[in-house]
Amino acid sequence: MICNECGKRPATVHITKIENGKKTNMHLCEQCALAKGALSMNTGFSINDLLAGMLNTGTPLPIKVDFMDDPSCPVCGMKYSRFRETGRFGCGSCYKSFGDRLTPLFRRIHGNINHTGKIPQRTGGRLKIMREMESLKAELANAVKREEYEKAAEIRDKIRALEKSSGRDE
Amino acid sequence: MSGWITQQGPQNEIVLSSRVRLARNIANTPFPAYLNIDEANKVIDQVEMAAKKNDKESYKLYTIDKIPYVDRQVLLEKHLISPDLAKGSKGAALISENELISIMINEEDHIRIQAILPGFQMKNAWAMANDVDDALEQSLDYTYDEKLGYLTCCPTNVGTGMRASAMVHLPALNMSGNISKILQTVTQIGLTIRGMYGEGTEFQGNLFQISNQITLGLSEEEIVENINAATSQIVEKEKEARNILLNNNRIQLEDKIWRAWGILKNARVITSQEAMKLLSDVRLGMDLNIIENLTVSLLNEIMIETQPASIQKYAGEELSPDARDIIRAEIIRKKL
Repeated sequence: MICNECGKRPATVHITKIENGKKTNMHLCEQCALAKGALSMNTGFSINDLLAGMLNTGTPLPIKVDFMDDPSCPVCGMKYSRFRETGRFGCGSCYKSFGDRLTPLFRRIHGNINHTGKIPQRTGGRLKIMREMESLKAELANAVKREEYEKAAEIRDKIRALEKSSGRDE
Repeated sequence: MSGWITQQGPQNEIVLSSRVRLARNIANTPFPAYLNIDEANKVIDQVEMAAKKNDKESYKLYTIDKIPYVDRQVLLEKHLISPDLAKGSKGAALISENELISIMINEEDHIRIQAILPGFQMKNAWAMANDVDDALEQSLDYTYDEKLGYLTCCPTNVGTGMRASAMVHLPALNMSGNISKILQTVTQIGLTIRGMYGEGTEFQGNLFQISNQITLGLSEEEIVENINAATSQIVEKEKEARNILLNNNRIQLEDKIWRAWGILKNARVITSQEAMKLLSDVRLGMDLNIIENLTVSLLNEIMIETQPASIQKYAGEELSPDARDIIRAEIIRKKL
């Protein structure tokens, strides 16, 4: 196979890139691969580069980043462009400050954008009840669908009890 | 010596340790990289107070810049702190008496709770870390988002903030040339393989750490289940590979193991790398009942005590690599 880039030397580096679910293959010779930075794995490749890469794919970046495109976190002052370089947030509020811009990143790293795990015991009380309510309601719908009315009634009582207790909390 | 090194655990012949780490941050406080020394010390105080007040465990506080370099490295070699914490100047660690729990403070995140147990018992490790987390949360307000979960400094940890890792010893899979295939498969299911001391460290002595990559969208229990499922399969494959080696190449295998034993029992100078390699052979020999009267904990102890900093701690002075190689050989001869 001949290098896709220079069309002269034999391709010895084969790269499969998956972007937005689309797979592209590149076959390069070592020189062209080095020039394109495709071999950067061997030269101090870091998680930061990887994260930065993930943020940079998709829409091409405008060459000049004006003020409007580079929000900063009002709490810690971290700029979005800085986060993109380092792959690290400055404080917990950065998540809110950069908002929807981060969604594609979470999707790429985790394949998910919603937490389904632990809720803090003391401070997460209301949320815990909300989650429990959601799952009970789903159970109830299921029970009704399967015509298990006795079970449905049980679940309904649970929901009522939960509503009562959460009302007291607030 | 840490509990995970000296105690026995389930399936200890292949799984050396089960570890769960939870990343947490304190609300309204910039992440550690953006704290000055005073602010960083305040975080240490807050976490120490929270642990003292609510946790049934009793901890000893190690402040990184107040303890000698060698002591920091020893904690690292025992897996009680991370390389990043050891390198930094603002960090501290609360370590439980049995050294099964450590709370790292001001690493990349304000808090990293770690529970490490001997053998294959990930659920228990998660339960332990979870208890410590609940205890700390009684007096600390965490950065938590209803949608995204626990907010961490690096977006790769957001959600559960949880990293679960099983340290496995896979000599037969390595010898039979199947290791890379297995490692590849593991990465395809959202798990990752790291070296003995975590991210970016090299593979030594046929030891690998299997850990989860994804922290958002899975519950802690699901993460544990995934690691358990992958680890059990790898353990089975390793057992199969061991049987094949025994059936087809018994004499060659015995030769390799007894030679390793011979060198370890007699060497006068030995590098860390060679020691790790030979200890792996001897560990395999013990598991296959080729060498008798050895215990997992003895081999674990030798493995940890012959790491560079631990040797210097033993010698009570700073040593050049050449001098360390001599002492290492001495420790191994004495222990075996």
